[in-house]
Amino acid sequence: MSNSVQNYSRPHVTGKVERRIRLDTELVIKDLVAQVEDKVILKGASLTVRSGEIHALMGPNGSGKSTLANVLMGNPFYQVVKGEVLYKGEDLLAMAPDERARKGLFIAFQYPVSIPGVTMASFLRTAVSARRGYDKDALMSLAEFQKLVRAKVEELQVDPAVLGRYVNEGFSGGEKKRAEILQMAVLEPEIAIMDETDSGLDVDAVKIVAAGVNRMYESSGRKMGALVITHYPRILKYIKPTRVHVMFDGRIVTSGEAELAEELDQIGYDGIRAQYEQVAAEVAGEGEVRSAGKVFWVKH
Amino acid sequence: MAVANPLGINLDQYKYGFRDPEEYAFKSRKGLDRPIVEQISHMKGEPDWMRAIRLHSLDVFEKKPTPTWGGNVSQIDFGDIYYYVKPMENQGKTWDEVPENIKRTFDRLGIPEAEKKYLAGVGAQYESEVVYHSLREEWTKQGVIFLDMDSGLREHPEIVQEYFGTVVPPEDNKFSALNSAVWSGGSFVYVPAGVHVDIPLQAYFRINAQNMGQFERTLIIAEPGSYVHYVEGCTAPTYTTDSLHSAVVEIIVKEGARVRYTTIQNWSKNVYNLVTKRAVAYRDATMEWVDGNLGSKLTMKYPSVYMLEPGAKAEILSIAFAGEGQHQDPGGKVIHAAPHTQSSVVSKSISKSGGRAGYRGLVKVYPGARGSKCAVRCDALILDDRSRSDTYPTMEIDEDDVQVTHEATVSKVSDEQLFYLMSRGINADEAMNMIVRGFIEPISRELPMEYSVELNRLIALEMEGSVG
Repeated sequence: MSNSVQNYSRPHVTGKVERRIRLDTELVIKDLVAQVEDKVILKGASLTVRSGEIHALMGPNGSGKSTLANVLMGNPFYQVVKGEVLYKGEDLLAMAPDERARKGLFIAFQYPVSIPGVTMASFLRTAVSARRGYDKDALMSLAEFQKLVRAKVEELQVDPAVLGRYVNEGFSGGEKKRAEILQMAVLEPEIAIMDETDSGLDVDAVKIVAAGVNRMYESSGRKMGALVITHYPRILKYIKPTRVHVMFDGRIVTSGEAELAEELDQIGYDGIRAQYEQVAAEVAGEGEVRSAGKVFWVKH
Repeated sequence: MAVANPLGINLDQYKYGFRDPEEYAFKSRKGLDRPIVEQISHMKGEPDWMRAIRLHSLDVFEKKPTPTWGGNVSQIDFGDIYYYVKPMENQGKTWDEVPENIKRTFDRLGIPEAEKKYLAGVGAQYESEVVYHSLREEWTKQGVIFLDMDSGLREHPEIVQEYFGTVVPPEDNKFSALNSAVWSGGSFVYVPAGVHVDIPLQAYFRINAQNMGQFERTLIIAEPGSYVHYVEGCTAPTYTTDSLHSAVVEIIVKEGARVRYTTIQNWSKNVYNLVTKRAVAYRDATMEWVDGNLGSKLTMKYPSVYMLEPGAKAEILSIAFAGEGQHQDPGGKVIHAAPHTQSSVVSKSISKSGGRAGYRGLVKVYPGARGSKCAVRCDALILDDRSRSDTYPTMEIDEDDVQVTHEATVSKVSDEQLFYLMSRGINADEAMNMIVRGFIEPISRELPMEYSVELNRLIALEMEGSVG
């Protein structure tokens, strides 16, 4: 994490304040089981993301990372079978997606859809007005919006021409990802989920995106919480996570400090798969096994 | 509301359904026969030749069968309609001269406001007669004529006689015959060679009386190298019985001239809107129809362009929105009758709550119209399972050396798009609105800004509660 904003360095924060911050925004996922059509993808995922924490969620393709992200945002394509998600102490799963967003949850999608005929500018203005609690049909003034969006466009080194284009229409893969991060910057979420934002970006673009996220984190007074979903540890060189989790077959199979990402880089997902299968066999054979191998364990 | 809207002022709740008490200088008896037609002509003090056209047209009307294609017009009782209603004695030159109740109506519709802000001239028709007309002096000085059709006939009979009925003859169809027999009001526009009227002229049509038929007649002549944009808006109160609006519009676009004709039709949902609109375009001339259909019970309207000389161009942009109980059957016709002519037709239709909307079009390329190009694109958006979209494209291509393309799509609003917008905090209704606005954007961006805002608002109104 960049230390450019010294004022926010942690040693000065008292325990009491720390506690207040932690209570501020909290996303608690408990034993979440979810399916797509008839296929169960999430098989009991549990995770807590608090204000100020950056969690990395890693795992091979098909392990359920994107499903988790989409379920958290309320994608109607996914059905929750059981489990619970509390956001700021409220039942997140009972809220419509727009309510979740207005309360500060954000997802940068892996595959954003296009909306023909709607310009990015008009879309962003409507969205930020909703996020900031403007009355129905009221919009942030054009002057205020332009000031806000120009600053963000500059920070993220996005081509301002994107604002006049239709939402994601004809965008390259990289442009889509950057546009998602631009939306995130404008909407200033309390908890942001980034679903494989780094995939399909070159190293320079990853750096720019990571710097943008770090800046958002700092300017939130280090209060923004994030769940960075990634297949590769690359982006974690630039966004330092508080915790790293590994998802496999619909569950989080291990969690650790930032070093876990590097460890994972060496062992690879095949290594995890081997260990997981061993654990699964042991679970099947012995019932409740809480640890296995060096670092991995099954958590229900 | 901050933005002046030419078609209404209070859009928070519908709409234009208010009605004034009926007070009239003259109202014909119901029904249609020779004495009624003669009476209309007599009251207007018309020349004999016009009376002859009217009576001939009545014969044509009576002989023509009621069309059985398109929408259902069989329920129109031609004997139960007032064909001529004169609301006041004289036309106003200033708003102060317009009777209080009519002035109030147009005030409520935002017309004086619009005139002040962004129009070169305004005509306002109430029932059968134009009650107010004005054209800014700068245009008068350059020889532009913008009058109601009756005044046009009185003051410029030679021009009217030369062109009247040459583009849409009475024999064209049953409703053009009806209009030619009983026409009243409408606009007469003449733009001299080389004059560019660079802000729009607007006409506003209002039906107030119950069982009223409105038959305005519009004639636009653009001399070589000139330009004019004419915009019309239409509303009516909601009655339990149906009204009939059957206009004829004739446009002559001479060499190198360009005419754009924009309609935002928002009749109440008990109006039959059966209109014949046609233009002829000469060498290197451009004719553009921008046609928005939101209101009415049934609209059958196929604006046409006859490209008669090389280099003529036609553009037709059409939007139709059909809600409950509505049938929108709009479309367009492009006729390539000369080499190197170009046309483009874009149609966007939206149907919801059991409404029916679509596109009916004709592309005709005559032998010898070589090197001509035509592109037709029809997109339909269906918002629920009860609604319907129909596309009837007809192509008659009698020349080999042409490029003709036709694309058609039918789509539903996807859950993925709704979810994406909602994931940014936008509520379901607004998300649906945005998608629909985006769908018609290729056309709404062609409208003057105020109209585009207005169109979006009207659609938002129609869309309310459409997300279950």
